[in-house]
Amino acid sequence: MDAGIMNGGASSDDILREIERLEGEKMEIENRIHLLQAQLNSKTALDASRKEDETASCPKPPANSFRNGDVSGEGLRADMIYRYSRHLLLPDFGVEGQLKLLKSSVLVVGAGGLGSPVALYLASCGVGCLGIVDDDMVELNNLHRQIIHVEAYVGKSKVKSAAAACRAVNSSIKLVEHQEALQAANALDIVSKYDVVVDATDNLPSRYMISDCCVLLGKPLISGAALGLEGQLTVYHHNGGPCYRCLFPTPPPTAACQRCSDSGVLGVVPGVIGCLQALEAIKVATAVGEPLSGRMLLFDALSSRIRIFKMRGRSSHCVVCGENAVFTQQNFQNFDYGCFTQSPMSDRSSPKLNLVPESARISSKDYKELFDKREPHVLVDVRPAHHFKIAAIPGSVNIPLSILEGKLSTIDLALEEAGQVSGKHASLYVVCRRGNDSQRAVQYLNSNGFPWAKDIIGGLESWAQDVDRTFPIY
Amino acid sequence: MRLTLEFGGGLDLLCNSVKIHHVDVDPKTGEDKLSMRDLLSWIKSNLIKERPEMFVKGDSVRPGVLVLINDCDWELCGSLDAVLEEKDMVVFISTLHGG
Repeated sequence: MDAGIMNGGASSDDILREIERLEGEKMEIENRIHLLQAQLNSKTALDASRKEDETASCPKPPANSFRNGDVSGEGLRADMIYRYSRHLLLPDFGVEGQLKLLKSSVLVVGAGGLGSPVALYLASCGVGCLGIVDDDMVELNNLHRQIIHVEAYVGKSKVKSAAAACRAVNSSIKLVEHQEALQAANALDIVSKYDVVVDATDNLPSRYMISDCCVLLGKPLISGAALGLEGQLTVYHHNGGPCYRCLFPTPPPTAACQRCSDSGVLGVVPGVIGCLQALEAIKVATAVGEPLSGRMLLFDALSSRIRIFKMRGRSSHCVVCGENAVFTQQNFQNFDYGCFTQSPMSDRSSPKLNLVPESARISSKDYKELFDKREPHVLVDVRPAHHFKIAAIPGSVNIPLSILEGKLSTIDLALEEAGQVSGKHASLYVVCRRGNDSQRAVQYLNSNGFPWAKDIIGGLESWAQDVDRTFPIY
Repeated sequence: MRLTLEFGGGLDLLCNSVKIHHVDVDPKTGEDKLSMRDLLSWIKSNLIKERPEMFVKGDSVRPGVLVLINDCDWELCGSLDAVLEEKDMVVFISTLHGG
């Protein structure tokens, strides 16, 4: 506990944060106790001789032996039979399927909206070794869809949070926490330790990187994506099927890559796709059923429609999995995926544009000053109408960028009104969420009759940070 | 020729946010068949209301767009040269990356 809280000089925010931190720690300790109790309960002489190693890896069990004491030489232990009884009752799955599952290892890349149900289901159903990789922290605005995380873990590692939740559901499986971003530099090392890989990431460069890595290491890849009210799902590089690059040899233009943090996502949509990813991972790991290889599933939540279509096969020209491909592990490690896709390996960072000269820009603090001095002006908010409804600076006028061109007369009229009240020439300012669209608008306005229009640098995010701390951010 | 066109994965935003379009497209004058190449050019001039570069590149779709003809990847049916028939269903899907 820091000195500020000890000596009573802390704000209530600090105290709340400290309580949250301690609650999180308490939960982790409780999870550990639970885990130890479960271990104690099933402790036998046999288990003692199979003490699992503590390194962050999923070692392959030697041939004809089983891991972790989950499985006895001939079959399932009594407590396992009880735990997984509803699986064992399935004629198509049965003891064989469960034994395969218990011997399998799956890596889940990303502990977000997709990764949440994937990790929870794979842990609860008894995947022998489950690895989770992510370098992100839990944020409050994640919780509506990333159902594996709880409030106590806000501000903490997603991997720690996800692993604790999985342990709480099933303390008998091995969980490996990879608290780092999966990158070309570490991917071969991490992925090589698993049988099946689940892509539950949120960005384009990671998708290419994970697919390439799986091709190089010969791992099947369960790929899911969700945005807005739609989801997509397929299995790559399995049973002779295509890899991600066979389908998308050239990355899309950056402008076509929408992100959940810009476009929004209905919480249950990644949940649906994540559940289906868990299902495909189980099918691939146990060789039960017909995996979604060579086919892709499209989910449209708004119309409650699922479409499954037949995809092209593996491309003989594919630069990674094609007949004459010369893409080596060395090439992979040196490949710049961010540069290849022209987009960052994270959904968090957003590009900062510099489109207009300094003279056509104003800081949010300076704008606040002239606002307080009641300088006659018009503030145009160029965000889409549904953004404007979330929160807006009082007095601002909403003219979305997409219809700005046809609304110049509205701006003229507003300026005239603002000028009349004070008898002075009114100035024109433009704001948006982060300060990119406002520059696009100013660029247009400057060359279409409003040469004095200025954009507010950093948009409403900067307003919330530097001027009005109570202004809601989203 | 009556066709059903569907736009998904955000491509609907380029056509007034309407996902499903029932359209009537005739082959070019002097031709008796309608190819996917002809359909793309028809869509570009008749349905796409903004940012055409988000839909087409050259005479094909931009990278990252999957095209399905009657629930089959168009790469399996001739891509641009695929010949369309009455009541065909053509779907254009932009690949998603979010999660």
